[in-house]
Order: sequence, then structure tokens, then C-alpha cells
Amino acid sequence: MSEHVHSSSPRIYLVILAVLLMLTVITVGAAYVNFGPFNLVIAVLIATTKATLVALFFMHLRHDPPINAIVFVSSLIFLGLFLLFPLIDIQSRDRVIPNGLRMQSPPPAAAKQAPAAAPAAGEHAPAH
Amino acid sequence: MSADSHAVAPHGAEPAFRQHHFINAEQQFSTSKLGMWLLLATEILMFGGLFVGYGLMQGVYPEAWVAGHHHLDRPLGALNTVFLLVSSYTMVMAVHYASTSNKAKTLLNLFLTIGFAAGFLVVKYFEYSHKFHDGLLPGRYFTYHGGGPPQQAMFFGFYFCMTGLHGIHVVIGMGLIAWIMMRTARGEFSSEYYTPVDLVGLYWHLVDLIWIYLFPLLYLVS
Repeated sequence: MSEHVHSSSPRIYLVILAVLLMLTVITVGAAYVNFGPFNLVIAVLIATTKATLVALFFMHLRHDPPINAIVFVSSLIFLGLFLLFPLIDIQSRDRVIPNGLRMQSPPPAAAKQAPAAAPAAGEHAPAH
Repeated sequence: MSADSHAVAPHGAEPAFRQHHFINAEQQFSTSKLGMWLLLATEILMFGGLFVGYGLMQGVYPEAWVAGHHHLDRPLGALNTVFLLVSSYTMVMAVHYASTSNKAKTLLNLFLTIGFAAGFLVVKYFEYSHKFHDGLLPGRYFTYHGGGPPQQAMFFGFYFCMTGLHGIHVVIGMGLIAWIMMRTARGEFSSEYYTPVDLVGLYWHLVDLIWIYLFPLLYLVS
């Protein structure tokens, strides 16, 4: 079978592990620095680098027949579509109904005196 | 996968584990692997729904998300990331040793993988019990009195759904690895046939992959 396929020296796996741990340290460190709107971008970029290393080396995609990578990347493309369209909706809806997505806040007095009212409001959560 | 391979074929003969509808062992291996990748694609889409919901609601209630994530313990989350990354390494080593017919080292690495997975769950247990104690729970069970936006209840809804579904995958993974250990101990695998080890490895790496995204999005991004 594909014995030859996995014959890449186990040392490469140790190198990949070291890089993954290093990236974890970097991403935790970066979380303590405020890059403003780039916080999310940096975190997701580092996570994607780590995920790519895991997929290519630990999951052997580097040596696999390309069909496996096609399946994997397709799922990511559809996930992107899934994210894209609701995002367009949410980002543009404010122009039609300002604050229309947010649940109605309880009157300030009620919110302060009775914290128990808050969780009750929490139920009627999201996007109406 | 077959219920197979109790007998390893004599050298040069048709291997006993090959099922009749495959041309050869290589094709059987590739097919099993493709099937596993299709399963992993569905897993990605299942978690994807939660990620998309989390991202969208973060856009709507940014202040609740910031307040909510301040309740998460970054060092514990980072420790769990290390546990899963190292367990992925021991898993890939187990696959490597299975593919070179090294039974003892395969078993050792599978055992270490289960050990790190258990460590992950222990840390998760302490995190969860702390949240339960503080009343940082989803929806109407949110009884935290420390103030902050009420929509934190929604943040913790996502937190428990995402880490909970991931935790269930960790438990399933531990079960699968234990099963693979039993079959390895019975001598069912060799460099000729180790497909189940490889596939369970893929599943385990996906569990790691999902945590790679969960950790920064839940614990780090403010």
C-alpha cells in the first residue's frame, strides 16, 4: 500500500509541531496587544497558517491524490459562501431599519434594578 | 472498512483484507480515505454553522462579545491548545509507526494521544464548572450578577454549543483511538494494511483543526 507515501522522516512532524506551538505562543502574545480592527485578521491568519500545516503534513494532503484536497477545499469554499451572504445581509440591513437587528433593550431602570430581567430578555435573542 | 484482515496474506498472494469490489489494495485504501474526507467535509460544514452564527452575532452585539470573552481563561485555553497540538503529533507518529509495522511504538503513541485528550477534557471540566458556578450559562440560565450587557447570555450560548460539540468529538475520538489500540494489540495492522489507523488519525486531526479556530475566536479576539 502507500507505505512509501508516509515514509517521510518522522523528524518533519516534530518540526511542524514546533512551528505550531510557536504560532500558538505568537497568537496568544498578539492578543495582549491591541491592533484595533486587525486583531481579528491577525488571529484568523495565524489560525489558518496552523490549519494549513496540520492539513498538509499531519493529514498527509501534501502526498495524497488531489481529490482529497479538492473535497477539503470545497467544504471551505461553501463555508465561505455560507458566511458571505448573511454577512452582506447584516452589514447592509442597518440602512433599511436602523438597529433593526438588535433586541429591544429593557428600560434602563428595569435593567438596573432587576438583573433577573436581563436573562429573560436574552431569550428573545437574535435577528428580527 | 472491513471486518477483515485477521489473517495477513502470505507474501505475494492477494491480501486477505482486500474486498472483492476493489481492483487492488491501493484502490481500497484511497477509496476509504476519500470517504473519510467526505465525512470531514460534513463535519466542517456542521461546525461552520456555529462559526457563522457566532461571527454574525459578534457583529451585532460587539460589546456583549467583549464582555463575554473576558470571562474565559486564556492560559487554560492556551494549555488546551498545546494538549491538542501535541496529541496530533503523537497521532501522526502512531500512523507512521503503524505504516512501518512497529506495533509497540504505535501503541505507545496512541496511548499518549488518549492521555493528552484526557488532559484536554480535565481542563475543560474545570473551565465548565467555573462557568456553572458563576452562572455564565446560555439564554435564560444566565444568572451572572457581575453586570455587563445582557446579550452575554447569547455569547455563552455559542460558547457552550461550540466547545460542547467539539468536546463530544474529543470523547468520540478517544473511543475510536481506544478501539484502534485494541486492534493494534491484536496484531491486525501492518505496513500492508493500516487504513483504520490512518482514518482515525484524520478524524483526530480535524478535531485539532477545529480547536485551532475555536481557541482564538472564543478566547483571544476582543
